[in-house]
Amino acid sequence: MHTPWNEFVPLLWEGLLVTLEVAIYSAAAILLSAAGGLCRVSASPAVQWLAKIYIGLFRGIPLLVLLIWVYFALPFAGVELPKVAAAVLAIGLNYGAFGSEIVRSAIQAVPPGQREAAVALNFTPAQRMIHIILPQALVRMLPPFGNLLIELVKATSLIYFITLSDLTYQAMILRNNFLPSTAQIFGLLLVIYFLLSTVISTGVGWLERRLTEGRV
Amino acid sequence: MTNPQTLSPIVKYTRVRKSFGDLEVIKGIDLAIAPGEKVALIGPSGSGKTTLGRMLMTLEEPTDGTIEVDGGHLWHEEKNGKLVRAGEKHLHRMRGSIGMVFQHFNLFPHMKVLDNVTAAPRKVLRLSKEESRARALEMLDKVGLADKIDMYPSQLSGGQKQRVAIARALVMHPKVMVFDEVTSALDPELVGEVLEVIKGIAEQGEMAMLLITHEMDFARDVADRVVFGVEGRIVEEGPPEEIFGNPQSDRLKAFLGRFL
Amino acid sequence: MWDWHYAWSILPGLIASLGTAFSATFWGFIIACLGGLVLAGASRSRITAVRLASRGFVQFVRNTPLLVQLFFLYYSLPMVTGIAPSAFLTGIVGLGLHFSTYMSEVYRAGIDAVPKGQWEAAKALNFNGRQTWITVVLPQAIPPMIPVMGNYLIIIFKETPVLSAITLVETLLTAKNMTSASFRFFEPYTLVGILFLLICLAMSLLLRVVEIRYNRFTTGGKKESRKPAERRTNDKSANPVANREVYPG
Repeated sequence: MHTPWNEFVPLLWEGLLVTLEVAIYSAAAILLSAAGGLCRVSASPAVQWLAKIYIGLFRGIPLLVLLIWVYFALPFAGVELPKVAAAVLAIGLNYGAFGSEIVRSAIQAVPPGQREAAVALNFTPAQRMIHIILPQALVRMLPPFGNLLIELVKATSLIYFITLSDLTYQAMILRNNFLPSTAQIFGLLLVIYFLLSTVISTGVGWLERRLTEGRV
Repeated sequence: MTNPQTLSPIVKYTRVRKSFGDLEVIKGIDLAIAPGEKVALIGPSGSGKTTLGRMLMTLEEPTDGTIEVDGGHLWHEEKNGKLVRAGEKHLHRMRGSIGMVFQHFNLFPHMKVLDNVTAAPRKVLRLSKEESRARALEMLDKVGLADKIDMYPSQLSGGQKQRVAIARALVMHPKVMVFDEVTSALDPELVGEVLEVIKGIAEQGEMAMLLITHEMDFARDVADRVVFGVEGRIVEEGPPEEIFGNPQSDRLKAFLGRFL
Repeated sequence: MWDWHYAWSILPGLIASLGTAFSATFWGFIIACLGGLVLAGASRSRITAVRLASRGFVQFVRNTPLLVQLFFLYYSLPMVTGIAPSAFLTGIVGLGLHFSTYMSEVYRAGIDAVPKGQWEAAKALNFNGRQTWITVVLPQAIPPMIPVMGNYLIIIFKETPVLSAITLVETLLTAKNMTSASFRFFEPYTLVGILFLLICLAMSLLLRVVEIRYNRFTTGGKKESRKPAERRTNDKSANPVANREVYPG
């Protein structure tokens, strides 16, 4: 049976571009994580509390439910977002919450002696964080963030539900046109996602090695 | 030698207490350290010696009582004529006179040796790059590690790490330095090099030292005064000859008996 | 914008649909736990082909989206094998397979967390393989795994809406059907969000209770730390298995 692989490429390529577009914008969620994580360990109880609420809220609501809500329900509250914006908002908020926990965890994993040495040398609290704690936390953050990024790219497949033409959506269109090749189409789709994930883990691994050069 | 007690103390603990939850670790301590005086703090584990040092370094807050450093209150500041719990700004100001060397070194693993020692002069004292470097090199030379400035802490032995830690603390020129069991985490053969360095610093005179230690020979050698504490209270204190040569209390006799 | 009357009217239906979600979660979890065991065992196999195959499977499934895996199973499998399982069956198998790969990692981390000295002590006492596992290793490996596995139960529950893509009528699809009928979108979807939030919160609290009991199991009897100043935060970092957790959440 002849599988028309060539026919698949154009549509999948377009889908890939959309997937990457959403993924990259959503990765801006990482900035939100940094803010969230720092707030979570803030000296001010009020700030910590706010961060806890944000994190609890967006970890408790499934991404798909949030995505559907942002795209379909929010317009009725007056806020109508184009598909990409809705996707980026939902994924960003959701993964920002998980990222915050990674940041918090990494900061708290820095040995307490480091903070004490910084106090003994009379660094101000801000200096302690910037020069001593964060540089050490950064390396600890990389592997979990690498995993998070992979999960994020996988999560972009959900934008299928809001009829955004990502890889998965295009694959479904292909399937409708080339029904006998269903298995091959989805198989190819899986392989493409797998390659994307591999690229990310390789990149993160490289970054980790660069940052710990000599230090171990 | 001038009687250290006639000068006004550089450190003064007054009726200091410290509890961790239900556990009272320091049960009312009065202790004064004169400028340039070397005080050895000895006693069994759990006597609270480390906590005493940590309270001076602002790492633990006393539950009760006051600590004065160089004439000013450490944990309290004056606001509208009343003594209130000090804010971070006040603590920062007072901390400039105090330094500490830790049992587990606490060197910054992400910085080379030289950077470990220049970090605080640059960021805290706001010295120029050149001056920080000059000061750091001087200190590292003093502790015998001038040739290791480009190495990372992970590449050093325990004794070397501790010597870097000493240089890092010294470069800030504190008026009083806490040495918290600085050789307890070292392999026996590395202890000597660190004690030699500390002895050298002690002999130079100006800085007061609070030596929390288990090394009795060292304490006898270096200290002007030895303070023996048990379970949060001072039981006996005096010059080394008296404490080690002629212990009065039964508890001190029992404690020293273990080291014979 | 918000019609309380309508909201109250659809709530029972939404809550009823949770039954399917819970059921899918439960069975998916069981399959994941069992599948994870198989994978963990296969990963330690002495036969290279088995070991590589299972490790390859784990890598592949973990790095590809659940949604695509579900499509693959639901649409491709009938064409290739002629068997056409129901949406529910496909759903729980899809969930189970996907999360079995994460579970196998949990098992591996749990076993690795048992100090090497324990294996050596067992050998010194001449325990055979089976005795070593049952008497020495598993009793130490399993308790730290429980909170992590519980967390995955919650994660699987949160993934059930994805099953709506293969036409399983769980909570989200129920809400969608309601919107088609009434043309009101705000109430159904908001209520679904709130329901999930509340249930996840409840599950997390329950899990916390389990975790606390586990902590008491490991630290009970230990003397109070000699360095009270170095009190750690009540954090997962004390649990070596949780540290290796790779799934967000």
